Amino acid sequence: METNFNQPKRYVISKGIDRFFIEIYDIVKFILLFFKEVFSPPFEFQEVVRQCYVVGVRSLSLITLTGFITGLVFTKQSRPSLAEFGATSWLPSLVAIAIIRALAPLVTALICAGKVGSHIGAELGSMKVTEQIDAMEVSAVNPFKFLVVSRVVATTLMIPVLMMYTAFVALMGSYLDIHLNEQTSFIAFFEAAFNKITFLDFTSSFIRALVYGFTIGMVGCYKGYHTNQGTEGVGKAANTSVVVSMFFIFIEEIVIVQIINWIRINQ
Amino acid sequence: MAVDETHISNRAEPVISIRNLYKSFGDNHVLQGIDMDVYKGENVVVLGRSGTGKSVLIKIIAGLLKPDKGTVKVLDEEVDKLDKKALQALRLKIGFSFQHSALYDSMTVRENLEFPLIRNRKNLKRAQINQSVESVLDAVGLLQTINQMPSELSGGQRKRIGIARTLILQPQIMLYDEPTAGLDPITSIDINQLINTVKEKFHTSSIIITHDLTCAKTTGDRICMLLDGQFKRQGTFEEVFDTDDERVKSFYEYNFIQ
Repeated sequence: METNFNQPKRYVISKGIDRFFIEIYDIVKFILLFFKEVFSPPFEFQEVVRQCYVVGVRSLSLITLTGFITGLVFTKQSRPSLAEFGATSWLPSLVAIAIIRALAPLVTALICAGKVGSHIGAELGSMKVTEQIDAMEVSAVNPFKFLVVSRVVATTLMIPVLMMYTAFVALMGSYLDIHLNEQTSFIAFFEAAFNKITFLDFTSSFIRALVYGFTIGMVGCYKGYHTNQGTEGVGKAANTSVVVSMFFIFIEEIVIVQIINWIRINQ
Repeated sequence: MAVDETHISNRAEPVISIRNLYKSFGDNHVLQGIDMDVYKGENVVVLGRSGTGKSVLIKIIAGLLKPDKGTVKVLDEEVDKLDKKALQALRLKIGFSFQHSALYDSMTVRENLEFPLIRNRKNLKRAQINQSVESVLDAVGLLQTINQMPSELSGGQRKRIGIARTLILQPQIMLYDEPTAGLDPITSIDINQLINTVKEKFHTSSIIITHDLTCAKTTGDRICMLLDGQFKRQGTFEEVFDTDDERVKSFYEYNFIQ
């Protein structure tokens, strides 16, 4: 095949639209490659465990603070409305439903999109621009498996765990406020809180957290892995990882809530 | 054109053979018909100004980039025709030393060296891994840095560790991308000596990409001068620069003044 260097570049539709579809194609290819690599040996167990530690333990302090304050503030904000009807005894179940059904998965996902997503984007981005990914490739190591698969598996596994932890901490924040105001005991609070929670509430939150975890890992890795333009590109990868993750999390939230509500109605 | 190609004509089959190689990035046509052979035990230096496509050439040889046109054969295998598995097997025979060393900055020197070894030589015992790591570190004279992080090393040390990491897989071919770039003259001399030591001790054939004439003169058995996407001159150091071509002369003079 003869290469004609003087031929002007042709686009199918326009430069921007072509680029958009090429990007979509690259993303689909990236996701398919993940599913191909995740089930094929050799498995990088050690790296997955290390990444689980990075995602889980290092996010713990921020998650604890955010979860606790969320539970506490939500209880404080809800009290006056319920007090108007003399229904403050409903506070534990109201707060529990709000936390387990909606707040815990969403708060965890948004915090992790900021902390973990940006970390993955920046880390892989800097590895890309300093040729560390190429170095893995030329030493006959599969960088996709080592870097991408391990991180996506780690976020997919750890975000649900962090979500459960956030729910617990948020309920503790709520308990603190209720205990100080109504002198409710710990057991009475948790009995009332879990009275209205169903198995579907738990599973739906767990599934949502799984989906959010996968999204955060995938977006961070994709943006980092496709970084260019040197150090400026690294910052851009970290930034867009957070923005795009959050965007997808909200879209997924809308879709999953619709599906769960449909299941709840038809139960 | 090529000054002297007769001195390589009677040799055995080349370990690297490139024919009519073209590569462009958009409107930037970096390689425009490269022909090149590298023979067993030979150090070939590719000289050229920045941005002329020298690094692109060795990235194509290592299978990191695909050529637009032409053939690249490494150890009798056509690189861009290989499937993933065959390419990985071939890469075990190629060592690539990156311009900025490309050490994994989250790992210690030991972990950097172990990383390719553990993943490619599955049956090795811990004692054998330790011995391999220590042996290559000793070969580059940096055994004392074994537990240090890359951020704690100097530029010259990073280059040496980068070379050690490639040597641990005992490659037959070494590709050096600007081995002396960013180093002071004394450290550059050390790296040049190391390249020659690697050739003698590990019996490698090498392509050395550089614009440093001292490096070219010290390490190269043969020099290829890349101009306008083609090897305009080939031969020994003296043969390449024995010309009236202003661009070649100015390249020499600039390096000399430096």
